[in-house]
Amino acid sequence: MSVTEDVRAEETPAAGPVRRRRAPRVTDDNGKRIRVWELVLRYVLLLAVLAITIGPFLWQLSTSLKGTHEDIFSSPPKFLPGSPTLHNYERVANTIPVWDYAFNSLKVATANVVTNCVGSALAGYALARLRYRGRRTATLVFILAMLVPVESIVIAQFTTMRELGLNNTLIGVVLPACIAAMNVLLMRNAFLNLPYEIEEAAFVDGANAWQRFLRIALPSVKGTLAVVAIFAFMGAWDDFLWPLIVLSDPAKFTLTIGLNYLHGTFANDERLVAAGTIIAVAPLIILFACLQRYFFRGVGEGAVKG
Amino acid sequence: MTSPLPSVKTPATSPATPSAKPPGARPVSRVRRQLPTSPWLFAAPGLLVVGIFILYPFVSTLVNAFTDRRTLIPGTFVGLDNFRELLHDDMFWTGLRNSVLYMVGVVPALVLLPLLLALLVQKNIPGITFFRSAFYTPVVASIVVVGLIWVWLLDERGLVNAVLEAVGIGRVGFLSDQWLLLLSAMAVTVWKGLGYYMIIYLAALANVPRELHEAAAVDGAGAVRRFFTVTVPAVRSTMVLVAALSSVAAFKVFSEVYLMAGPNGGPAGEDTTLVMLVQRTGTGLTGRVGYASAISVVVFVITVALMLLVLRADRKEDA
Repeated sequence: MSVTEDVRAEETPAAGPVRRRRAPRVTDDNGKRIRVWELVLRYVLLLAVLAITIGPFLWQLSTSLKGTHEDIFSSPPKFLPGSPTLHNYERVANTIPVWDYAFNSLKVATANVVTNCVGSALAGYALARLRYRGRRTATLVFILAMLVPVESIVIAQFTTMRELGLNNTLIGVVLPACIAAMNVLLMRNAFLNLPYEIEEAAFVDGANAWQRFLRIALPSVKGTLAVVAIFAFMGAWDDFLWPLIVLSDPAKFTLTIGLNYLHGTFANDERLVAAGTIIAVAPLIILFACLQRYFFRGVGEGAVKG
Repeated sequence: MTSPLPSVKTPATSPATPSAKPPGARPVSRVRRQLPTSPWLFAAPGLLVVGIFILYPFVSTLVNAFTDRRTLIPGTFVGLDNFRELLHDDMFWTGLRNSVLYMVGVVPALVLLPLLLALLVQKNIPGITFFRSAFYTPVVASIVVVGLIWVWLLDERGLVNAVLEAVGIGRVGFLSDQWLLLLSAMAVTVWKGLGYYMIIYLAALANVPRELHEAAAVDGAGAVRRFFTVTVPAVRSTMVLVAALSSVAAFKVFSEVYLMAGPNGGPAGEDTTLVMLVQRTGTGLTGRVGYASAISVVVFVITVALMLLVLRADRKEDA
């Protein structure tokens, strides 16, 4: 996707045609100078949108740092805490086992990353490279599975989980999406885009399917694998509807379900809820800050897939 | 969309079977002798998961919709009873109305606003990567976090109302009025989706030939005119894609309304959406699995119909 190229191009501004953007004057894509008033207008609009998108997170952070004696309802509002304190984070840990919930979320997300990477790489390779009867049928199965809206089958997923005796367990939370059809098809496309000749040479040299997969194909699709990993982590960490349905024992809650419980029970304690939400969102924002490129790339690949 | 046929790249000299051992090949490693290399072994984990947790529940939903199954009671075949009951269930109609309204409210905003945003961040002016990333941040946050942040912002005593009061408009009960709440939830959905669709549009805009803009500018077309005569036609298929993705997602709305209106969708359930109704009816020890499945079937049929409708609209305009 060109998004990736775009992002990459900016990381190495010295490369090729991008160089002229480095010129002392601000120029547009044609090398023409952007007029000053237009530039000012752009930055004003950018800052306005920035306030709308990031502002709410900062307000939540600010609320979570305000002490019990500080008025959080004042009008005009006070944007910065008078005497910042971590007291609310202590309180939220005393109210619900928030660190246990965070650990549950981490377990679920990590398991989801491992199973999706391994499972979709294997299946994707089988769909793209191996020859056998029924391969088209297998591909069709994954395409159909991708098109089924999860919301329309959650009740049946829940009864299936009950039949397996896995409701109210973290394994039950992970299983339904542990090898997502869309990831299988993403990996399949990545393998299809590799030149066939290298693997053919390996085959002639006597490498079997496992060796070709592990030593030649897999190292060449690391980028797509990273996208699968990141979206599997984010999907599991952020998921709400399914864990809400499958988990009933508060000891096994994940963070999102725990937050919902906190909100339902202590809705009037805004500082407490604010501290809880910051705990839930901080890891992902850090992850995003470190691995932006793959987040953007994933949007492109996912959207094309539908 | 995916091309369903995989065999395009296969050269004529393709190996017959992967497990066949070429004669005279040098021994490569132990792995080769120990691991079986049946292709089905590669595909098996994925097929099993998808089969047990997606396709089987899907078939089971279709079957259950014609039974009176409950969580703890297997149930019997009741024909079309569930669907007949739906027709007379006020809550079902409320849910359908809210889900449709949600879609009608959210989709135009999500087709248009991210496009404008993409145009705003398209030019490589200093610091633009920071802005692009910042605008994407709501996408990575959990919908629960986002929902709770906005519940607090839109609270009777929250930030938005404090500002409204300070500028003399007075406080507004965003979360207490049935319609304002639905509207607020839509705004939250749009807020969270902006960055995602912005990235999709950015990719599309990068493919718009510069010459078109230049030619239009030479002909004296202003920025607004160029937007409608050059940009919009050039990214039209992307707009259709965004419309398809966002309408399907908006119709299935659950979390935003659940968090802002509460599990019951307001005091009398007046803000219930269809998926909320599915969740409320079908779960728990007394869940009416059969009836919830019937609602699920309706959700599925409408979702598929929406996708086909949008894609068909695309093709018609092309012709």
